[in-house]
Amino acid sequence: MKLQEREEPLADSARSANTTLALSYRNSLLDVVRKAGTIAEWEARKIRHDATDLVTRAVQPLLWLIVFGETFSRIHAIPTGTDSYLSYLAPGILAQSVLFISIFAGIAIIWERDLGVIHKFLASPTPRVSLVIGKGLASGIRALPQAIVIYIVAILLGAKLQANPLCILGVLVLAVLGAACFSTFSLIIACLLKTRDRVMGIGQVLTMPLFFASNAIYPISIMPNWLQVVARINPLTYVVDALRTLMLTSTTDYSSLGLDFAVILGVTAVLVAIGAWLYPRIVQ
Amino acid sequence: MTAIIEVSHLVKQFGEHRAVNDVSFTVERGEVFGLLGPNGAGKSTTIKMLTTLLSPTSGQARVNGFDIVHQTTAVRHSIGYVPQALSADGNLTGFENLLIFAKLYDVPRSTRKARVNEVLDYVGLTDASRQLVRNYSGGMIRRLEVAQSLLHQPRVLFLDEPTVGLDPVARQAIWDHLLQLKADSEMTIFLTTHSMEEADSLCSRIGIMHRGEIAAIGTPDELKATVGGENPTLNDVFVHYAGDALESGGSYRETSRARRTARRLG
Repeated sequence: MKLQEREEPLADSARSANTTLALSYRNSLLDVVRKAGTIAEWEARKIRHDATDLVTRAVQPLLWLIVFGETFSRIHAIPTGTDSYLSYLAPGILAQSVLFISIFAGIAIIWERDLGVIHKFLASPTPRVSLVIGKGLASGIRALPQAIVIYIVAILLGAKLQANPLCILGVLVLAVLGAACFSTFSLIIACLLKTRDRVMGIGQVLTMPLFFASNAIYPISIMPNWLQVVARINPLTYVVDALRTLMLTSTTDYSSLGLDFAVILGVTAVLVAIGAWLYPRIVQ
Repeated sequence: MTAIIEVSHLVKQFGEHRAVNDVSFTVERGEVFGLLGPNGAGKSTTIKMLTTLLSPTSGQARVNGFDIVHQTTAVRHSIGYVPQALSADGNLTGFENLLIFAKLYDVPRSTRKARVNEVLDYVGLTDASRQLVRNYSGGMIRRLEVAQSLLHQPRVLFLDEPTVGLDPVARQAIWDHLLQLKADSEMTIFLTTHSMEEADSLCSRIGIMHRGEIAAIGTPDELKATVGGENPTLNDVFVHYAGDALESGGSYRETSRARRTARRLG
């Protein structure tokens, strides 16, 4: 077996490695994307071996639709315009499922730190930003099956949702983006707090306001003014707004999608940059 | 002989605690170098700095001619690393674990699968390669990790406590594989251990680390000669240089990590 590269004097090897370095800078963007894909592939392979986790995770959002949605549809207390409350709620619950599956991603990061997996990743020539994006995409992969189940069940319950393939594709892209955004946020928390219990605690504290101070289950307009401000800086609001625009059959104006996607992409990019900077700290 | 690892006045400070205190040494190409010391002596911190996981507080080090702070990518391409914990992913097969790392280490697509199968064969895991790693024994996981670290034909192989928590049979198997590797290649092997037996049977040169400093360095025979007495063992050397540390034992963190590894092994 070939165990080693051809032996060269150090100077030569340094020179050839410098050439390699120059090449890798030229290809660095491609390298970042490819290796982020490899990290996501790792997660996809895990799911392929054992998908029970995904099934159990889809139960909670379905209960929200069925128990909460069916009840609140009958109260007619929430102004949702021409849409039924269930139609209005479905995108909110889809966004909620994306939030809940990704906001605890940091706990898995700490688990991997304890197992030494992250040490191996960090000792490999994988760009840090790829490790972080890859983890975000992995959360996105986990969010997809849930999103599909919620979409179908909501239609079965009588929600008026789009069948247009472009809109559905947009919904799936948003699910992945949203999951990447919130799981990277969770990764940052994990890098700062470093223990499972603390990340779990903070995650629980954050989920409640992220969800209720958003337009997921009622319009922002019924909130007090100060809470409206909070809702407008909450990224989940933009995920829900984009999902609602794409999912509801009653949508006539798609112009808000631009701002929604810009906010989600912008927030995710900033979080990824912070995450890539903090990630090596988790092993220290 | 040329130096492949050059460490010069390396310091790592954690708050008040100086984990590595002005450490300097060199490792020659093709050596099996062991950093021997009690828990908490600074071995793991040293190996983490050399593998680019930690930045030093001060001092320099070069691995395969590359600076560990300023040329991290080149260092990472030059080294293989087996961390202390058994870190292969139990939810993937052995083959998949290696395939992912072959991609991360830029093994070209055309030779990737062949290379994965080659290293699996080298550590005797071909038959188990399609099983989920959670069904592997501790020794098999360790062999898988050694295989993974060889995928990209590194110049230096770093192993952090490679046999901690393994049963004697599995430990012997890892030793045999490392000795085989030494015989088959010019690869430099750098390992940390707190087992005298391990250091004596594997290492061509040993640095004894104590309280963040290198207390003694040399071949096993040289070290034994410095202690004097009749037929000194490496154990005597160790007690001579780091005796007081044996009493105090490891920190809580080290102990809990060893326990966790032991639990994982079942």
